[in-house]
Amino acid sequence: MTDSTSTNRRQFLKQASLGGVLAGAMSLPVWASQTQAQFPDTLPEWMRKPGDNFSNYGQPSPYEQQVIRWISANPDAPGNGVSWTPLHDLQGTITPNGLHYERHHNGVPQIDPAQHLLLVDGLVQQPLSFDISSLLRYPMVSRTCFIECGGNSNSGWKNNPIQSKAGYAHGLVSNAEWTGVPVKLLLEEAGIKSAAKWIIAEGADAAALNVSIPLEKLLDDAILALYQNGERLRPENGYPLRLVLPGWEGILNVKWLRQLRLVEQPAMTRDETAQYTELQADGSARQFTFVMDVKSLITSPSLGMVLPDNPGIYQVSGLAWSGRGKITRVEISADGGQTWLDAKLHDPVLDRAFTRFSLPWHWQGQYAILQSRASDETGAVQPSRSALIEQRGHHGFFHYNAIISWEITESGDINHVYAD
Amino acid sequence: MSTLIKTIVISICVFYTLISLAESDYQKLGKKADHLSQQAHWNLTILPSGEHLPKGSGTAAQGAKLFALKCAGCHGSEAIGASAEPLVGEVGSLSSDYPEKTVNSYWRNPTTLFDYIRRAMPINAPFSLTHDQIYALCAYIFNKDDIFLDNVELNQDTLPKITMPNHSGFVAIYPSQN
Repeated sequence: MTDSTSTNRRQFLKQASLGGVLAGAMSLPVWASQTQAQFPDTLPEWMRKPGDNFSNYGQPSPYEQQVIRWISANPDAPGNGVSWTPLHDLQGTITPNGLHYERHHNGVPQIDPAQHLLLVDGLVQQPLSFDISSLLRYPMVSRTCFIECGGNSNSGWKNNPIQSKAGYAHGLVSNAEWTGVPVKLLLEEAGIKSAAKWIIAEGADAAALNVSIPLEKLLDDAILALYQNGERLRPENGYPLRLVLPGWEGILNVKWLRQLRLVEQPAMTRDETAQYTELQADGSARQFTFVMDVKSLITSPSLGMVLPDNPGIYQVSGLAWSGRGKITRVEISADGGQTWLDAKLHDPVLDRAFTRFSLPWHWQGQYAILQSRASDETGAVQPSRSALIEQRGHHGFFHYNAIISWEITESGDINHVYAD
Repeated sequence: MSTLIKTIVISICVFYTLISLAESDYQKLGKKADHLSQQAHWNLTILPSGEHLPKGSGTAAQGAKLFALKCAGCHGSEAIGASAEPLVGEVGSLSSDYPEKTVNSYWRNPTTLFDYIRRAMPINAPFSLTHDQIYALCAYIFNKDDIFLDNVELNQDTLPKITMPNHSGFVAIYPSQN
């Protein structure tokens, strides 16, 4: 190293000295003799001045300040509400960590990981506690999957179509790479008793949120996530530890996880009885509807955008996902569902993750209704709104996965409509 | 070093590296936690049987006073809702065109109310109520729709015996259609 550095330095000095001799001996070229700044009117300022300094943690461009989560919370209890991912402003499939949707029941706790414990107890051979520094030493797996709130798109149950941007009506769903310890490892370490069938998971937030989850799911593919898109979880996504249950509704992916208690029967907590259950027309309610069904959404063009060219070619693009497996097909209609064309599915097409689809569309100024319809590998097809309501009634509130329709007017404006 | 010796040394190194990379090889770091499992603050979830309900008691009359003080600001003076959900009334409304999901019209188990109030209410000060106060608030709410009597103590024995009006109104989808 030392030799090489000193050689380079000697070479540099030699060349500099040669340059000095040449400059002194020859007359200056015309372009070097000008005293005013170069290209003041033709090159932008950022090419003529050094840029900003390094930053310890990067932020989006100030020109992207409108790309934000939209917050909808109770003014009397501002920690109880949601924030929506701006899906209409994003491309690809990974949701940036600062834009992952949020659902909090009583604010975001700022947990000191040194004071946080996970207790695994109940119907086990040996109750065990794990601190975060220990969990960081376990073998980890990574899984890219979506998490969707059971209440996403719930305005769809209402009689009038909501006029909100795509992400602000359907963006209680986000997609990230989650990395952490398979839950199965810790359960097996504690020793599962044969009577155990469910687990009560509890969070360490100011709602101490608790839900019952079938043991079977936790032994299958559940992750105790410590990392989100490569960095430690954000506080609003469960720092220092959360459950990730690929394909299952958001409420079960308990954030700020403090306890897994193995039990025989579900606890019938508030968030699995009073909430996250779907009232049907006959007055009965669907309970433990864990899997999020196949769904898709055109993110561009979508409400709030205007088609600038008539005629013009537009890349119809969107997201599809299913809690039951891989997306196998997305069809697009521009005539309200009378005719359909297959969209291109972009790689990677992953199990229970966002799949990006697109299809070029030649618009010739006509009134149009753009729709997307997704199918998954189990053969499930995204239903029309009328079919979903026929099946479930208007009062389900949760698990709305019907086809979403964007009306394109002759002037290129875009509205949300119910087309079928 | 001869090529043969080099090959042997490298083979030995690879062999040991592979052993240390076996997937099942990790240190089990859980600490025995029987003592934690016994503690009240690790037993917050109350089961439908009443298991883990703490000692204490309260009446509807006591609950009414507390409700005005601690809850009415968000849930309304008669518990019929304001900025937060309605808690009482609307029993029998679930199959109508305008169903209202209140504690008394919709909730499945009486134990859920105690569990939820203790862990989450009042929203600006969870875990601030005493167990007696929580029993009293439950008694007040249940009593509003005659699910629980006046002047009777609600406690860890009487609470789980209450049958909620909508107890049989839920259809479990898991595991059949999941």
